[in-house]
Amino acid sequence: MALLDIQNLVVEFQTASGPFRAVDGVSLHVDEREVLAIVGESGSGKSVSMLAVMGLLPWTATVTADRMMFGGRDLLKISLAERRKIIGKDIAMIFQEPVASLNPCFTVGFQIEEVLRFHLGMDRAQRRARAIELLKQVGIPEPAERLNSFPHQMSGGQCQRVMIAMAIACNPKLLIADEPTTALDVTIQKQILDLLVSLQAKYGMGLIMITHNMGVVAETADRVIVQYKGRKMEEADVLSLFESPKSNYTRALLSALPDNAVGDRLPTVSDMLFEPAPSGAGA
Amino acid sequence: MTKVVEGKNIVRDYHVGGGLFRGARTVHAVKGVSFSVEKGKTLAIVGESGCGKSTLARIITLIDPATAGELLIDGNKVDIARDGLTKEMRRKVQIVFQNPYGSLNPRQKIGDVLGEPLLINTDKPAEERRDLAMKMLKKVGLGPEHYNRYPHMFSGGQRQRIAIARALMLNPSLLVLDEPVSALDLSVQAQVLNLLADLQDEFKLTYVFISHDLSVVRYIADEVMVMYFGEAVEYGSRDEVFSDPKHAYTKTLFAATPRADVASIKARLAKKKAA
Repeated sequence: MALLDIQNLVVEFQTASGPFRAVDGVSLHVDEREVLAIVGESGSGKSVSMLAVMGLLPWTATVTADRMMFGGRDLLKISLAERRKIIGKDIAMIFQEPVASLNPCFTVGFQIEEVLRFHLGMDRAQRRARAIELLKQVGIPEPAERLNSFPHQMSGGQCQRVMIAMAIACNPKLLIADEPTTALDVTIQKQILDLLVSLQAKYGMGLIMITHNMGVVAETADRVIVQYKGRKMEEADVLSLFESPKSNYTRALLSALPDNAVGDRLPTVSDMLFEPAPSGAGA
Repeated sequence: MTKVVEGKNIVRDYHVGGGLFRGARTVHAVKGVSFSVEKGKTLAIVGESGCGKSTLARIITLIDPATAGELLIDGNKVDIARDGLTKEMRRKVQIVFQNPYGSLNPRQKIGDVLGEPLLINTDKPAEERRDLAMKMLKKVGLGPEHYNRYPHMFSGGQRQRIAIARALMLNPSLLVLDEPVSALDLSVQAQVLNLLADLQDEFKLTYVFISHDLSVVRYIADEVMVMYFGEAVEYGSRDEVFSDPKHAYTKTLFAATPRADVASIKARLAKKKAA
C-alpha cells in the first residue's frame, strides 16, 4: 500500500501580479521502503509540493488536491491540531541549508530533545539517553559532549547530521530530504547520502529525495519523478530513466551533464526543447 | 608558448588575533603552491571548502598579497604588498565570483555595471564606454534592451553572463573564475560553460577555473591542480590526473563523486538486492 498518495496537487501563490501556479496537477505516491527522487531545476515546484505536504507554506499559498492520503488519512481534511501530531513524527523533513535550519540560540541537544518532548512526551533522562543514541546513529563522535554544542560550533556536515538525527528521532514512516547535500562538499555529500540510504533501509522508511543533481538521483533512488515548471514530465524507475528517457526534457537534462559532453560544446536544455519529439513522446 | 601567469612557492598566512581567553595564532591557508598557465589554456583548481583554493584565487587576482613566494604575470614579477596595484595590472587580471546575486550592485543599472571598470581604469569618454558596453552585452548573449535594467530583473544565469561581461570589459589576458557555475541550474550551467569556451577561443583568454565539481573540471580544464589543506597534492594534465590519480585524497574525491551512468546504477541496484 502506498504510504503517501497525492492526486492532482495544485499550489497557487497570490502575488501582486495575480495568482502564480507553482505546482500544476502533480500526482505521486511513495511506498514503504521506497526511495523516490523528485528531480528538477529551480522553479520546477519540487520543493513547494513537499512543503505543501508538510503544511509549511505561507498563507499566500492555496493548496488543493483531489486527495493527499498519508497512512489512510487525508492530510487536507483533518484538523490542524491533528496534522501537527503527524508532521515531525510520522513525516519528517530535512532541509537544504543545515546551518540555517538549526536555531543558533539553542544547543543541538536542546533542539533534538524538543522533538522528543513534544511528540513522545519522554522525561528528561529518557530524552537525554535517546538524544545521545541518535547522535551516535548519525555518526557524530563523542555524542554526549556534542549535545551541549551550539550549531555554530559544528561544521556544515555535522549540522546536517544533527538535522537527520532530529528528523529520525520519532522513527518516522516517511522522510523528506530537500536537497540535503547541495551545500556540502562532495566527500561529505557521499557520507550524508550513504547515511540517509542506510537509515532508510534499516528502519524501512519511505524516503523522498528532492534534488537537482542527476548524480545524487543515480546513487540513491529506486524511482524518479522529473518535474519542470510545476508539471510532472516523466516518472520511471531509475534504470529506465537513465537508459531510455522518454520525455525530451529528461533527455535534455541528461545530455547537459558535463560527463556526457560530446565534442567541444555541451547541449543545453533550450537546444533540445525546441526540437520535435522523435516518436510523439514526452514534453 | 608564453606563460600568462606563474606562481612559485606561494604562501599565504592569516594571523588570527587573540582575545581575552585565546592566544593569537596563524592559519596557513596556502602552503607553498607552484603553478603556471600558458596563453589560451585553462588551469582548474579543485578542492573542498577550506583547502585554500579561494585564497589562491585572491592572490592571483591581485586582491590579497602573498606572504611569501613569487607571482609572475606575463613574465613580470608582481608584488602588490610592496608596489601597490597599477591600473595596468588591474587590466590584465579579472575575476568572476561564485554568487551572481551577491556580486552585482542592486542599485546599479547593467550599463553602469559594465562601464564602471572603464571609468575607473581608463580615461575613455562616456560615449565610447557606452558603445563598448553595448558590444560586450551582445558578446555574452544579452541584448541592447538590457542596458538600462537592474540586476534583480535578471535570472541567475543572465547575472553570471553580466559578471563575465564586466570582467571582460578591460580586455584582460587572465580571467580567474571562482566557482562560476556552482550556483546555477544544470541547463544554465551548460550555457555558461559554452559561453566561456567561446570567449576563450575568441579572445585567446587564459582561465584559472576554481571548482569543486569534477565533472565540470573534466569538461573545461587543460590542466588540473588538486588542493588539500593548503597544499597542491596533485598537479598535471587533465588526462593524467583523471586516468591515473596518484594522491590518496584525489582518489577519495573521485570515489565520492556521484556517477550518473547506467552501469553504476545497475551495480548499485544489484548490490541493494543482494543485501
